[in-house]
Amino acid sequence: MGAISVIALNAFRESLRDKILYNLVLFAGLLIGLSVLLADLSITEHHKVIADMGLAAINLIGVIIAIFVGISLVNKEIERRTIYTIMARPISRASFIMGKYLGLSLTLFVNMTIMLAVFLLTLGLYHVPIQPSIFQAVALIFVEIMVVTAIALFFSTFTSTTLSAIFTLGLYVIGHLTADLRTVVATSESGPIKSLIELLYYLSPNLEMLNLKGQAAVGVAAAPEYVMMAALYGFMYAGVLLIGACLIFQQRDF
Amino acid sequence: MDDIVTEGLTKSYASGWPRRPPFVALDGLSLNVRRGEIFGFLGPNGAGKTTTLKILLGLVRATSGQAYLLGQPAGDVAARGRIGFLPESPYFYDYLTAEEFLGFYGQLAGLNRAAIYQRVEDLLGLVGLAEARTRQLRKFSKGMLQRVGLAQALIHDPELIILDEPMTGLDPVGRKQVRDLILSLRDRGKTVFFSTHILHDVEMICDRVGIVMKGRLVASGRVDELVRQDHTQSVEVVCQQLKVEGNALIHSLASRVLQQGQQCLIVLPNSDAVDALVGEIRRQGGRLLSVTPHKASLEDLFFQEATQQTSRPLPHMTSGRVS
Ligand SMILES: Nc1ncnc2c1ncn2[C@@H]1O[C@H](COP(=O)(O)OP(=O)(O)OP(=O)(O)O)[C@@H](O)[C@H]1O
Ligand SMILES: [Mg+2]
Repeated sequence: MGAISVIALNAFRESLRDKILYNLVLFAGLLIGLSVLLADLSITEHHKVIADMGLAAINLIGVIIAIFVGISLVNKEIERRTIYTIMARPISRASFIMGKYLGLSLTLFVNMTIMLAVFLLTLGLYHVPIQPSIFQAVALIFVEIMVVTAIALFFSTFTSTTLSAIFTLGLYVIGHLTADLRTVVATSESGPIKSLIELLYYLSPNLEMLNLKGQAAVGVAAAPEYVMMAALYGFMYAGVLLIGACLIFQQRDF
Repeated sequence: MDDIVTEGLTKSYASGWPRRPPFVALDGLSLNVRRGEIFGFLGPNGAGKTTTLKILLGLVRATSGQAYLLGQPAGDVAARGRIGFLPESPYFYDYLTAEEFLGFYGQLAGLNRAAIYQRVEDLLGLVGLAEARTRQLRKFSKGMLQRVGLAQALIHDPELIILDEPMTGLDPVGRKQVRDLILSLRDRGKTVFFSTHILHDVEMICDRVGIVMKGRLVASGRVDELVRQDHTQSVEVVCQQLKVEGNALIHSLASRVLQQGQQCLIVLPNSDAVDALVGEIRRQGGRLLSVTPHKASLEDLFFQEATQQTSRPLPHMTSGRVS
C-alpha cells in the first residue's frame, strides 16, 4: 500500500506541475460563463440552459483529461525510460499501475471539485435553485471518468499512444450507444455482423447508465438505489479493466 | 552463494517480420559476481550489456536461463529493496527538484522522513550537487543527471549496486569521483557490478572483469590474470642525438623506428633486446631519454577478442536487425 500511495501522490504532483490541467480548469470557467451568457438571451428555459451547459462542460473536460492523460500514463514512462529506475525498486508492476491510476483519479477528483465549485457559484449567482439532482449527476460523471481512465490505461499497457487514444475514444462513443446497439442486435438477422455487434454490446461499458445530466438539469432526482447501482457497475467495469491492465503489464519487457 | 549468478542467460528479440528468425541479443551468458567485489562488465556497443542488466533487474524477461541476485531469482520484488540501479543515460522525472527526486526514491525504498532527509543531504554532497538541491532536473546538464542518478541508486544504502555505464557523460573530475565512490563502496563491503566500454576505468578499479561480445561471455577473471595471458610486451625507447639511419643493429632489433627532429623513438617487440639497444645507443654517443615498457593491457585483449569475433560470423548476423 505504501508504494502505491507514493506513486499516486507523485503522479498527482506531476499533473499539478503540468500546466494543461490549469488551462482546462480555466476552460471550464469560460464554458460556464458562456452558459450564463446564453441564459441571458433565452427567456423561458433560463435555468435549464445554465445547468445543462455547466454539467456538459464538466463532463467533457473530465473525459478529455481522462483520455489524454490516461493514455500517456504508462506509455510515457516507458518511452522516456523513467520506468527503469522505478521498476528497479521493491514495487510490483501491479502496484505501479494502481498507483498511476489512483494518482490520475485524484487529479481528476480535485479538478472536478474545482469545476463543481465554479458551477455551483454560477448557479447561485443567477439564483438557480441548487437541487440534489445536480450532485447525483456530477457523482456519476465522476464514475464515468474513472471508467474512461481505466479504459485508457488498459489500452496504453499494450498499444501505442495513438492507438490507445483511438480505441478509448471509440469505446467511449460506443458506450453511449449501447441502447442503440441492443436494438440493432434484436432486429438484425443472424450473421457475422450481428455477432460482432453483439460482442461489442457485451464488451462495451453502458455509459448512458451513468448519464443523469438531462434530468438533473430540470431538477428531477434519480432514486438513490439507482445511483448506487450505477456507480457500482462503473467501478466494477473499471476494476476488471485494471486487473487486465496489470496482467498485461506484468508480461511486458521495457 | 554469490551476489549475482547467471546461468545460460539467453535473450532473443522478435525480429518483427514473419519469416525472419529472432535476433539473439544474449547467447547463453553465465557469470558470477562475488560478494564485496567490484566486477567490470566490458563490451563494445550492442554486445548485450544493458540487456543483461535489465534481466537482472527484472525489467526484461530472459528467453531462457536463470539469474539470481542476492540469492533470489532476478526480478524478485523484495530483493530489489537491497539493490541500487543506475540505468544508462538515465531519464528521470524532470519536473522534480533534485531534493524531491531523491526523496521520491527514498519513499519508494520505504525510508522514513528523517532518514530520507539525512540521506539526501549526504548524497547530494557526495555527488557534488549540494548547490543544485532545489533546481528542477529539467535544468540539469547531462553530467549532473548522471550524478543525481548515482545518488538515486544509493539512497537506500543497498548491498548490491548495479550501474550501467556510470562514467558516461562525466568530466575527468567526475570520472575520478565515481571511481573513488565505487572503491569506497567496496571498502564498506558493498558489491558493485558495472558495465562500461572504457577499459581504463576497469583496469584501475575492478577486482574481476567479464568481457561480453555479441551476447557471449568471451573472457572473465581477474584483470591481472587476463592481461598476463598475453606475452607480447613491447618496449618504447626514446633517445636524442643518435643517427639511426643506416644502423643495421638498431633496425634489426627494433620493430619500428621513428625519427622526429632531434628525437628518435625505437619500439622493441619485447624486453629481451633492451640491454643490447641501450649499449648500442651509448656506443653511438646518443643520449637516452626514456625506456617505457608498454604493458599488454586489457585493451589489447579487448581488440584481440573483438577481431576474432568479427572474423567469425555468427549465425544471427545475417538475419539480425540492428535497431
Ligand atoms: N527491444 C529490443 N528489440 C530488439 N533488439 C534489441 C532490443 N533491445 C536491445 N536489442 C539489441 O540487442 C543487442 C544488445 O543491446 P544492448 O543494449 O544490451 O547493448 P549494450 O552492450 O548495452 O551496448 P551499448 O554499449 O551501446 O550500450 C543490440 O544489438 C540491440 O540492437
Ligand atoms: Mg548499453
